[in-house]
Amino acid sequence: MAREVVVGVTDGRRLFRLLWASFTAMVLFPLGPLAHAATLPVDSVDMLYHRYDGGGMVIDGPVLLARKSVGPQVSVSGQYYVDMVSAASVDVLATASAYKEERTEYTLGVDYLYDRAIMSLGFTNSSENDYEANTLYFTVSQEFFGGMSTLTLGYAGGWDEVGKRGNDSFSEDADRRNFQLGLSQVLTRNMLVGLDLEVVTDEGFLQNPYRQNRYLDPNDATAFLYQPERYPETRTSTAVAARAIYHLPYRASIRGEYRYFTDTWGIQAHTVQLGYVHGLNQHWSLEGSVRYYRQSEADFYSDLFLYENSQNHLARDKEMSAFSGTTLATGAVYEWKQTSLPGIKRLQFSLLLDWLNFDYDNFRDVTASGNYLPGEEPLYSFDALVTRASLILEY
Amino acid sequence: MIPGWASVMFKTTAIMPLLVALMLSATAGCSSIEPWVKPYERDRLADPIMSLSRHGKADSYMNHVYQSRESARGAEGGAGGGCGCN
Repeated sequence: MAREVVVGVTDGRRLFRLLWASFTAMVLFPLGPLAHAATLPVDSVDMLYHRYDGGGMVIDGPVLLARKSVGPQVSVSGQYYVDMVSAASVDVLATASAYKEERTEYTLGVDYLYDRAIMSLGFTNSSENDYEANTLYFTVSQEFFGGMSTLTLGYAGGWDEVGKRGNDSFSEDADRRNFQLGLSQVLTRNMLVGLDLEVVTDEGFLQNPYRQNRYLDPNDATAFLYQPERYPETRTSTAVAARAIYHLPYRASIRGEYRYFTDTWGIQAHTVQLGYVHGLNQHWSLEGSVRYYRQSEADFYSDLFLYENSQNHLARDKEMSAFSGTTLATGAVYEWKQTSLPGIKRLQFSLLLDWLNFDYDNFRDVTASGNYLPGEEPLYSFDALVTRASLILEY
Repeated sequence: MIPGWASVMFKTTAIMPLLVALMLSATAGCSSIEPWVKPYERDRLADPIMSLSRHGKADSYMNHVYQSRESARGAEGGAGGGCGCN
């Protein structure tokens, strides 16, 4: 830095440019994505309407997040989130009737800035008529190396209570621990990379109490019967991800992401995502992305078991089967910095559409019309449209 | 010293910037090597189009959508906070 100052003194225009660039960096960099930790989140209100429609399910509702700093070192936040569910999926229709329910979630959080580190503590309560979830999380982010590196350590503990509609005496526990490690790194003035590792352990009642698996009827080979799901009572999963984002020579960015997942139930999964954001002008930008996901089945999964209780653990959840999923996403974003709205420093409105498609390798659609022998029904697939309308106001 | 060690090191120059970055992250404060991207060179990185999560809650909502329909979970970026849901 001393050398730059000396050079600057001998060249007034260069000094001006240097000071201007430094000022710009100081003003803009706190808004940066991966590359900073030592800045509290800005005061903002984040409003989202979300809607998921597909596979017989319609889920929509609002999310409202408000954040406010309290002095120079503390920021507090509160969040309200609602899922209104109308469910008539293939799992529901196979063994039960369509239903409606509502899930409400509240989160309170506090962030504390100390030197170049931010410590975050928060609590979430999620409540629906047959499921109660409480989560406590703690995260530390430390900036290193002149702000080029940020290391994040996170822990979350979850304590869930599983109920069952129509059976008031049914109550089971499921506990969860998340351990997170993240590193983000500025590689060049145009490129950021991130590495993430997360280990999750579960213990308790880990299956869906409504879902059932099927087995061949011993008295009639053209029919099948249902029995309750039975999952192991523990599960540990590991996910590692690498992502990078690169600023093109014009105002646009490309990003890529890969995640590998494995767990003690025998499931392995790969996720690949590529995205592009194009700045049209100072206000508008357009974006698009494609995502591909593939997983193998759990060790104890079968679409059709040969006889009742044929093994210790039994699953026919389609989420436990082998399948692939593709997402095509698009969106438009309007951003207004230094708005003339009273009290609003920055506004961002986003309209985002995601089309999801899932194709199952060994989960069959028992609700398909026609006379099929057990195990010969058509393979299941479905698609869904996710709509998100988001408004972020920074004040 | 292993014979040819220097030439092996030379061949690894393609991945050296990343390795150096990782090592420096672990040993920050002990190294004399300075950050090579100065704060005043980070204006492009600060552009919101360079954010992996510029949509705020709308991004974490998609993680929730995928966690409900896929077995994979975790390492979605933006560490911190559990889902609080199943």
